[in-house]
Amino acid sequence: MKFNRRTFLGTGVAAAAAVSAPAVLADGHGKPRVVVIGGGAGGATVARYIAKDSEGAIAVTLVEPTRTYFSCFFSNLYLGGFKEIDDIGHTYGTLAAKYGINVVHDWAVDVDRDARTVSLAGGGSLSYDKLILSPGIDFVEGSVEGWSIEAQNAMPHAYKAGSQTELLKAQIMAMPEGGTFAMVAPPNPYRCPPGPYERVSMVAHLLKTNNPTAKIIIADPKPKFSKMGLFQEGWGDHYAGMVDWIGEEFGGGNVSVDPAAMTVTIDGEETKVGACNVIPAMKAGRIADMAGVSDGNWVPVNAVDMSSKADADVHVLGDSAAQGDMPKSGFAANSQAKVCANAVRGALTGSKVFPAKFSNTCWSLIGTDNGVKVGATYEATPEKIAKVDGFISQTGEDSTTRKATYEESEGWYAGITADMFG
Amino acid sequence: MRSGAKILTLVLLLANPVVAQQLGDPDAGAEIFSKCKGCHQLGEGASDGIGPHLNGIFGRRAAVHDGFAYSKSMQRAGTDGLIWTAETLDAYVENPRSLVSKTRMSFRGLKDPKDRADLLAYLRVYSDDPANIPEAEPTATGTDHDLDPAILALEGDPEYGEYLATECLTCHQSDGTAQGIPSITRWPEEDFVVAMHAYKNKLRLHPVMQMMAGRLSNEEIAALAAYFINLE
Repeated sequence: MKFNRRTFLGTGVAAAAAVSAPAVLADGHGKPRVVVIGGGAGGATVARYIAKDSEGAIAVTLVEPTRTYFSCFFSNLYLGGFKEIDDIGHTYGTLAAKYGINVVHDWAVDVDRDARTVSLAGGGSLSYDKLILSPGIDFVEGSVEGWSIEAQNAMPHAYKAGSQTELLKAQIMAMPEGGTFAMVAPPNPYRCPPGPYERVSMVAHLLKTNNPTAKIIIADPKPKFSKMGLFQEGWGDHYAGMVDWIGEEFGGGNVSVDPAAMTVTIDGEETKVGACNVIPAMKAGRIADMAGVSDGNWVPVNAVDMSSKADADVHVLGDSAAQGDMPKSGFAANSQAKVCANAVRGALTGSKVFPAKFSNTCWSLIGTDNGVKVGATYEATPEKIAKVDGFISQTGEDSTTRKATYEESEGWYAGITADMFG
Repeated sequence: MRSGAKILTLVLLLANPVVAQQLGDPDAGAEIFSKCKGCHQLGEGASDGIGPHLNGIFGRRAAVHDGFAYSKSMQRAGTDGLIWTAETLDAYVENPRSLVSKTRMSFRGLKDPKDRADLLAYLRVYSDDPANIPEAEPTATGTDHDLDPAILALEGDPEYGEYLATECLTCHQSDGTAQGIPSITRWPEEDFVVAMHAYKNKLRLHPVMQMMAGRLSNEEIAALAAYFINLE
């Protein structure tokens, strides 16, 4: 049997109304409704695909407090001077105007799963048949001694991109000559596994140009990290003698900060720092707790459709989901969003549901024209999203390959942001 | 020139007769090269014409010969790591688009493995270090890289292709914009299928594409080709 999407929908929507949509339509509110909370790589993508592919058959609302989304991916390149802040800013106008998505710039503050409503900070509520949570991360309070959200102005996390990223860059630029930049790296699992180490590379690049006698110390609670061999090779090649990584076995996990005094104490040794980036331990965006679907810090999901294990009508994408083998990345959230969109559309309109396939690639920039990448493909098993196959850039690659990898990452950025925002 | 080739070949035969036989007969290859002469020169004093001259082609990365304006596709293949060896040349001569989708080399390909072996043997005579070539590629000749016609004949389901394509569109832009990552929209279906199978079979080297294509079935590749050809 052969059909294209249009002919399929033309006959299919009517057929679907007789097959699976009655459960929804019987509630007496007409079009099925999807509410998406969070407008990042997971949320914007899932909203766009459901709206686009249902061709008006599903009412999609996207709740996102910020008017301009600054992507965490590529925000390190802004720190390094390879991108301007505007290069990583994106707005929601096309999702509203071209795809008919109801974009609500507000905070979702509560979810009533029995009544199937979402409460907004600005008042009012939204009803849903399917709720999709893609709220990214929040921080675990008290995970770095001496640091709290009140101290984020003195010691930025810059792990939700935007003003924090600009603040961190300004502080690095204002460091005294020969001063020290400290990073407190997060424990697993966290958003963007290579992110802290790409950031170290980009900060080193910035300092090498502006403050070449400056030093970088990293207090890390982990014994190893993503792309470790590649980063350490790159730090040696580009920033020799500048970067001091203190891992778990040297007391990197035993760290406290004093934001007022601008000191960092690692395994009992206090250092005065010129700038400090504290990346605390992470957990699912708080709305997951409000919805009552999280278990510990994250939300367990079914791999086949990204539905929460606590509620089949609540789907969770990206960083917040405890899904198995995929890293927490924008690419992964975008990949999960498409599987989820296909499943949600099938459940609400009877459109054909295809088997889940997931993939991820994370590019990192180490220095000028020196890009590396790691990636894998995944499948849905009854237990989790399970890795199928993978690859990683090799140490000692030639400069042509590394330059091509960086250029490819720029192509990917253009591709994924077009895929998210239309 | 022909006699020079013969002498060289004789020396090679003495040095490593078994491998030289696997590579084919350079004299027969010289005859076959007449199909290539309209565009490519080979031998003493060879210079670039419509195509680049082919002296020293073995062991060279694709698209790095100075002074020749290669297609973007050929440059990308070189960047991805395509090195001209007996195996890659064999695959390329068999069907140029299997390795380089939008190559400017408009040649329908040599389907007979013996013809290709002979041609490669002739090209090899004018390589920088002919004695070392076959040892690196002992299984080069006789390998058939072309796709089973049954795979090319598969009719893809564009609706399934549309779903599968969502995975491609994280990197490749749906409006056909190429920026660091090539456009994949509106390709002839056969070119699309041949290219994807070349990644799947690891003839093409890009690691992301090898991984993505590696888990797609023949039907899924056909479905993607059927979707992307009509993507506006």
